[in-house]
Amino acid sequence: MKLFSNILIGLAISLILCSRVSGVERFPPPDFTETDHAIPSPTSPGPRQDIYEYIDTAVLLAALGLASYLVLKKRSRRAILALMIFSLLYFGFWRVGCVCAVGSPQNVALSIFGTDYVIPITVVAFFLLPLVFTLFWGRTFCAAVCPLGAVQDLVLVRPVKVPAWAESSLRLLAYTYLGAAILFAATGSAFIICRYDPFISIFRLSGSLNILIFGGCLLLIGVFVGRPYCRFLCPYGVILRNFSRLSRKRVTITPDECIQCRLCEDACPFGAIKKPTTKWPQKEYHIAKKRLVLLLPLLPVLIFLGGWTGKSIKTVTSKAHETVRLAERIYQEETGEVEGTTDASDGFRATGQEISELYEEASNIRAQFGLGGWILGGFIGLVIGVKLIGLSVWRQRTDYEADRASCLACGRCFEYCPREHVRLKKAKEGTGKW
Amino acid sequence: MAKDEKSVNRRNFLRDGLWGGCLAALGIVAGASARRNRKKELVWQIDPYKCIACDRCATFCVLEDSAVKCVQLYDICGYCDFCPGYFELGATVLEAGAENELCPTGAIKRTFIEDPYYEYDIDETLCTGCAKCVKGCAAFGNGSLFLQVRHDRCLNCNECSIAVACPTGAFKRVGADEPYLLKKVDHA
Repeated sequence: MKLFSNILIGLAISLILCSRVSGVERFPPPDFTETDHAIPSPTSPGPRQDIYEYIDTAVLLAALGLASYLVLKKRSRRAILALMIFSLLYFGFWRVGCVCAVGSPQNVALSIFGTDYVIPITVVAFFLLPLVFTLFWGRTFCAAVCPLGAVQDLVLVRPVKVPAWAESSLRLLAYTYLGAAILFAATGSAFIICRYDPFISIFRLSGSLNILIFGGCLLLIGVFVGRPYCRFLCPYGVILRNFSRLSRKRVTITPDECIQCRLCEDACPFGAIKKPTTKWPQKEYHIAKKRLVLLLPLLPVLIFLGGWTGKSIKTVTSKAHETVRLAERIYQEETGEVEGTTDASDGFRATGQEISELYEEASNIRAQFGLGGWILGGFIGLVIGVKLIGLSVWRQRTDYEADRASCLACGRCFEYCPREHVRLKKAKEGTGKW
Repeated sequence: MAKDEKSVNRRNFLRDGLWGGCLAALGIVAGASARRNRKKELVWQIDPYKCIACDRCATFCVLEDSAVKCVQLYDICGYCDFCPGYFELGATVLEAGAENELCPTGAIKRTFIEDPYYEYDIDETLCTGCAKCVKGCAAFGNGSLFLQVRHDRCLNCNECSIAVACPTGAFKRVGADEPYLLKKVDHA
């Protein structure tokens, strides 16, 4: 007991003497005299083998190739569905949703603009491969490889039509999300796509309550509105849809020629089937011409307004960065605006770093957010402007077509086409395989 | 329609140009992002000097059983009889037992070496990363107990959930060749 009280007194003295609690050696290392006990060192198990990363890339490549073949050559919804379920099980549940193509633009942005982040080669592959495939064969990645798309596709049982204006307006969310994600990643603030990934908690079978509720709500909506995340939120989908506009090959509803039977009209749950149109009606042509004259000069104005807004809210957006938040807290504490300290400010003071250094660092980051805000806001302005111009231009179509950008290549429309049944019958008679 | 797509006109020329531009842009972006030394993979780790031993590591990890565990750096340990990381401050008897121990799961093993020295080992299968012992050891002891991300468990998520929740920015990415940030041994 005497030893115990001695220690307690020693503790009390050492507490008074030491202002910094970490890294203080209050008790000398043991001096073993009776035994020759060797002092062990802690174990340091290495990171998991990255063999999986190469397997992931190989599986992705194979799945993309197979998906493109199934969509464009085989034209089988059943096979696409099977591949989709495989992708959901492999990329979703087995690899617990990480690494994924949807979040990869953040890593790319951080590795380009950040100072000491090194991007793993797998992530570059996950960013690049789906985009390259899309440039050649359309959004086959969305059709059967993306686990986020797959989980939504499977719950879609009662599709309802979303009006075109709602679809276009809601899609603006995805463009904003992409821009914001790149801004926050490039400044090293946060990976918001990963943080607010609605389905990752389902893949991991664990997660925070808010995200679980968010994911659950999206799946519930997804029962009626086809793939809500893909259409209205997915930031990677934004890049994919615009690349898909240029794709070499693309999904066609009919295997050969459209007979305009209208059977496929309501086949698409994603509103991606475009009806044939007549020539530009004379009356509308004149209205549209006037509108275009107005819209074209409006485009730079929209870009400027967006950019200016983006810059103006930099004090808000820069709060996403840890250093800025900390600097603001320290400033408030120093000027007496708030009382008491937080874990963060205590931690900062314990490091002994100069407050002025922190302020400078924070103001640099805020300046980055100013520039980033110009670019992000300008980008959103551009998107709105181009959409408005696009609405005023008449597109002439003779056949029922899958919209290049919105078509997710799911293959649902194939069986609606009578020409497809003719093709299948011929194939069956021809080879006896079908 | 097929004929129209193959013929050379202004629209198709523009489309082909854009297509090539996109491909080139992808190449540039990929090249620019991967320009740095490719040998170094990054993993998450805790800077023990920034860690304030809150209990967020125990609860915010996406794994059911957190990848963050307490590490005993024996070189710094004082091998105290009364270990402030092992015993509750008000412990009356210096013996193992739930009523005396600080660790809620009994993950620290106390072994007698010789008078008055005891060795303390962490059973990682029991440790939850709650940092109760870390706090005790840092406040009254040598600070030989501290938290580290154990890489045999860590999934190395793209955005570490604990790093997001960490109040002091103690989580950072370090090179996989030296994946641990141990405290420095300095017997002054």
